[in-house]
Amino acid sequence: MSESRRSFIKKSALASAATAIGMSLPASALASDIKSIEKFEGWRWDKSVCRFCGTGCGIMVATKNDKIVAVKGDPAAPVNRGLNCIKGYFNAKIMYGEDRLKQPLLRVDENGDFSKTGSFKPVSWQRAFDEMEKHMRKSLKELGPTGIAVFGSGQYTIMEGYAMAKLMKAGFRSNNLDPNARHCMASAVAGFIQTFGIDEPSGNYDDIEIADTIVLWGANMAEMHPILWSRISDRKLSNIDKVKIINLTTFTNRSTDLSDIEIIFKPHTDLAIMNYIARKICYEVEDAIDWDFVNEHTVFATGPVDIGYGMRTPDHPKFTDKERETVKAEASKVLSKTEGVTLAYLGHKEGDTLEMKNRGSAGKHWKITYEEFKKGLEPYTLDFVAELAKGDSEEDIDTFKVKLEILASNYINKSRKVTSFWTMGFNQHTRGTWVNEQIYMIHLLLGKQAQPGNGAFSLTGQPSACGTAREVGTFSHRLPADMVVANPKHRKRSEELWNIPQGTINPKVGSHITKIMRDIEDGTVTFAWVNVCNPFMGTANANHWIKAARNMDNFMVTSDGYPGVSAKVSDLILPSAMIYEKWGAFGNAERRTQHWRQQVTPVGDAMPDTWQYLEIAKRFTIRDVWGEQNIPGLEGGLPDVLPEAREMGFSPDDSLFDVLFANEKAKSHTWPDEVGNGFQNTEAEGDKRTVMGSDGKEWKGYGFFVQKYLWEEYREFGLGHMHDLAPFDRYHEARGLKWPYVDGKETQWRFNSKYDPYAAATGNTDYAFYGPALKALPSGTLTGIDNKEKTGLKNKAKIFFRPYMDPPEMPDKEYPYWLCTGRVLEHWHTGTMTMRVPELYRAVPQALCYMNPKDAQKQGFKHGDYVWIESRRGRVKTHIDVRGRNSMPQGSIFVPFFDEKVLINKVCLDATCPISKETDFKKCSVKIYLV
Amino acid sequence: MGASEHKYNRRETLRKMLGSGGLFAIGGMAWAGYVDEAKKVDLVLRPPGALDELDFQKACIKCGICVEVCPYDTLSLAESGSSIPIGTPYFKPRDIPCYMCTDIPCVVDCPTDALDESLVSIAKENGTVALDINKSKMGIAVLNTETCLAFWGIRCDACYRACPLIDEAITLDLTRNERTGKHAMLKPKINNEVCTGCGMCEHACITEETSIYVLPIAEVKGKVHDQYIKGWEEGDEARIDTTNVYKDTKTNEQSTLDYLNDTESLFEDE
Repeated sequence: MSESRRSFIKKSALASAATAIGMSLPASALASDIKSIEKFEGWRWDKSVCRFCGTGCGIMVATKNDKIVAVKGDPAAPVNRGLNCIKGYFNAKIMYGEDRLKQPLLRVDENGDFSKTGSFKPVSWQRAFDEMEKHMRKSLKELGPTGIAVFGSGQYTIMEGYAMAKLMKAGFRSNNLDPNARHCMASAVAGFIQTFGIDEPSGNYDDIEIADTIVLWGANMAEMHPILWSRISDRKLSNIDKVKIINLTTFTNRSTDLSDIEIIFKPHTDLAIMNYIARKICYEVEDAIDWDFVNEHTVFATGPVDIGYGMRTPDHPKFTDKERETVKAEASKVLSKTEGVTLAYLGHKEGDTLEMKNRGSAGKHWKITYEEFKKGLEPYTLDFVAELAKGDSEEDIDTFKVKLEILASNYINKSRKVTSFWTMGFNQHTRGTWVNEQIYMIHLLLGKQAQPGNGAFSLTGQPSACGTAREVGTFSHRLPADMVVANPKHRKRSEELWNIPQGTINPKVGSHITKIMRDIEDGTVTFAWVNVCNPFMGTANANHWIKAARNMDNFMVTSDGYPGVSAKVSDLILPSAMIYEKWGAFGNAERRTQHWRQQVTPVGDAMPDTWQYLEIAKRFTIRDVWGEQNIPGLEGGLPDVLPEAREMGFSPDDSLFDVLFANEKAKSHTWPDEVGNGFQNTEAEGDKRTVMGSDGKEWKGYGFFVQKYLWEEYREFGLGHMHDLAPFDRYHEARGLKWPYVDGKETQWRFNSKYDPYAAATGNTDYAFYGPALKALPSGTLTGIDNKEKTGLKNKAKIFFRPYMDPPEMPDKEYPYWLCTGRVLEHWHTGTMTMRVPELYRAVPQALCYMNPKDAQKQGFKHGDYVWIESRRGRVKTHIDVRGRNSMPQGSIFVPFFDEKVLINKVCLDATCPISKETDFKKCSVKIYLV
Repeated sequence: MGASEHKYNRRETLRKMLGSGGLFAIGGMAWAGYVDEAKKVDLVLRPPGALDELDFQKACIKCGICVEVCPYDTLSLAESGSSIPIGTPYFKPRDIPCYMCTDIPCVVDCPTDALDESLVSIAKENGTVALDINKSKMGIAVLNTETCLAFWGIRCDACYRACPLIDEAITLDLTRNERTGKHAMLKPKINNEVCTGCGMCEHACITEETSIYVLPIAEVKGKVHDQYIKGWEEGDEARIDTTNVYKDTKTNEQSTLDYLNDTESLFEDE
């Protein structure tokens, strides 16, 4: 064995041992002997986190001469133990693409004046903020706080998300802040809140190593969570006969490779398959129900079905006639044969017209009895569900039935620990909240939740969808730590923590991300700012939004590291510092929060996003925004809180920056600080570039440790409120910590008294589903509420009955194919970073149309042919692939969304789950023809 | 990719290629004099259906038609100065791989049998013959397991997903990663029998220099003896060429006797 190999193994062993006992090693213990080698002189290693997916792999970053020179997987990181996928492999490269945005760019005419139809020209930061301020003022004056909007992100650092949430909600009093995470996690969130009263998974990734059966429900983890997939693969190898992997999907994907059973189901019928399993439990093997668990810790519930599909109503003037064919379902729909069966419990039959009367109250629900619950499941026999759900026309129905039975028995078998994973298959679904609730239905009935290896585990897509979008609450209805704007107690607490007058926060829920797009098209939002995302490429029915941004009288701003579609349709582009060019933190899917330090100076004149938010805050005084405000749909509008502000010691001329971000508390976090020894901080002290700042003067820093301040203030929201995070410095010692972090300890399994101090504190010795939201319910039957009196359900979870319903658009004669969109391993989201890494670009240069060879043959296409893919909303062209990584059943195609030349969201339907408002990117219908 | 985006002009192709040589002769025959005899060429990859290298060189009339009709610009004609006989078609998969057109225009349009349809066709049940690009043998992919990231434990397998015969020509071999104790390595494995040598894996490989590359079959063709059959693999017998196994073996009785009678050699060291 060579010396270097031996010493590496020694170090890895040390790291693993340290991890095993929850200890962390200083970077120096891991990075080390190379310092003595001359060519590595000047290299500095520091711990960080991968920029890409929700897995949250730890990495080590090496810098020299203020440039990132290398990365390595962090051997001490419990998630990945030194490994990465090929996106992570290129973390060192993503910041140095040729076309990094380095200067603010403004559309100007030949005189240099702003013009909506002008061309982009570089401008100073001062000019950029002048223009932004001017257009924000115009929108605020004409439309009030709801006239402005921000597209937020699950890729915000926690501090960025917190700063923007505070700026919008406490400063501008606008709730029109919503993240791209709406497209990704909202159904999971709604499922968590409705079922448990609190967001985010009870389990953690260690469930993988403990589970006997792992079921994937619409999660191609082999490509989308590459490192977790290698953990699942290892679990399978550890006991090939015992461990079973079941892949439920609408087409054969790479996760099938390892799976014992692949179940190809027809899009949307996961709703029915769940009810088949529940029916089997309740009708055939009722003693499989863990009655002690169910009686002690759960109640049964249901809700209305006439809730629409999250679309605009057909009378909207911007719809084409073709679009109206689908959109009419938003007002009412004629029930299909299947719905005649599944909605029979409501007295409906095939051919009836269902008026969508509960569009505005889709989330309401009430308590029912177990007997009622069981009655609802009655139609979901094996025969009925197999007939409905079989997704591959070439598969034999009996084979399919056997597979469903095996699936059910894997859950039911008392001796097996079962972990269910899902991602976008469930979440991007016009009944996404329901289907999330249904997976808990199965786990809760069987008492298989919140235990090591046993539980339904919602994976996230983005690196900080949990840490920022959800925990900070950068949604149009949320505040930090699971609080919501509509709750007066929550507003009061937030106002206290933010030290702002009572009544400042707008109680009216703002626009979700798709609605912000619709608002822009309707002219009710005339200023929008894109933060750390690419919504004009990532939002379904994109033709509408792209046209609205370019052709209407509005002002669009995009902050980004690279130019993409959103920048292209904007009026002003702000160059952002990328991940290792600023201090930050992400929170992954297992509640693990991980921080990093600024490693290098940003390129060009790029500046951190937090700086951008704080600089615009300097341009507005509280007098500008804290007076009376008109809010459409809010009687009386927002009150004038300036008198109280005066009493609190603020002057009307204080800027939002002074009040919200540069207050005494902020300044108490001084810079320099020990945790930052040897590291820079562009926001706190400026940097060597002498960038000319928003006032035209050289940027020299705020003079205090702004990121630490934001963290510590944000932390106060969760302390003692079930969302405890650790002090800032603690994260710079550890390889991430899983919240709630109480008495110096992480929480491994929530709601389980053995592991979770909050569960233990309830006095329950086994479990306590202690989430506080929606924990008082009226009661009734399957058909509705019969007793309005609310009963409390403290510490209990809900088992929902939800029926199968058809999606609003299904293949027909004219548009005969299902279209599903999603990702590929090689590229991250809309490709703004990964398409600029030449190696990843070469590996997968173009989004292809994956298609069944028989469908291709039927249409006279051959592999590689160039085709149009057209829906009622738009069309794109690309090449056919009949033999690639995804094998489609007949009647379905898959086209990934990373490629702006194949802007598939022009084709997709912007229908959403009416409860979560998350778009169903997985289903719409299209036709295909040769170019 | 872009089958219908490009229109190729045969003369243009030739002119492009010949430009520096100052030759404007059109058609195959004018080329004959430039290659006196077929020569062994190292590491050149030929279009699908190419005859064995030496036969291919004899049969190819250097007309350039295969290059013109390739919709992906995969093929080039060898220029002077390269070790490849001038004017013959070849491809470099790291630049542009063969995208395995199902109608194989390069082969179908070849005016001679240098690209031989029978080598890329299968007999169908009804007695007819159909083109099958999957039968092509342009080369075989070879993996450098030192630089392949999958062998480090990195989740890559980009070559596997790029393979047009995924799960057949390239499969994933799963092994436990003892170093981390909780991850598996998903290592690509090439099935030589199925690999067509199209090079899509080589093109997709994300390491700086490719870690998987296509070599001409002659360079990588290992062969195991027909006298040993894997006891652990059902049906391995199918691999055996039985005509070899039962051949009479040569015997030489005289040499046996000579050996036995030579006892002196036993005492040579005394």
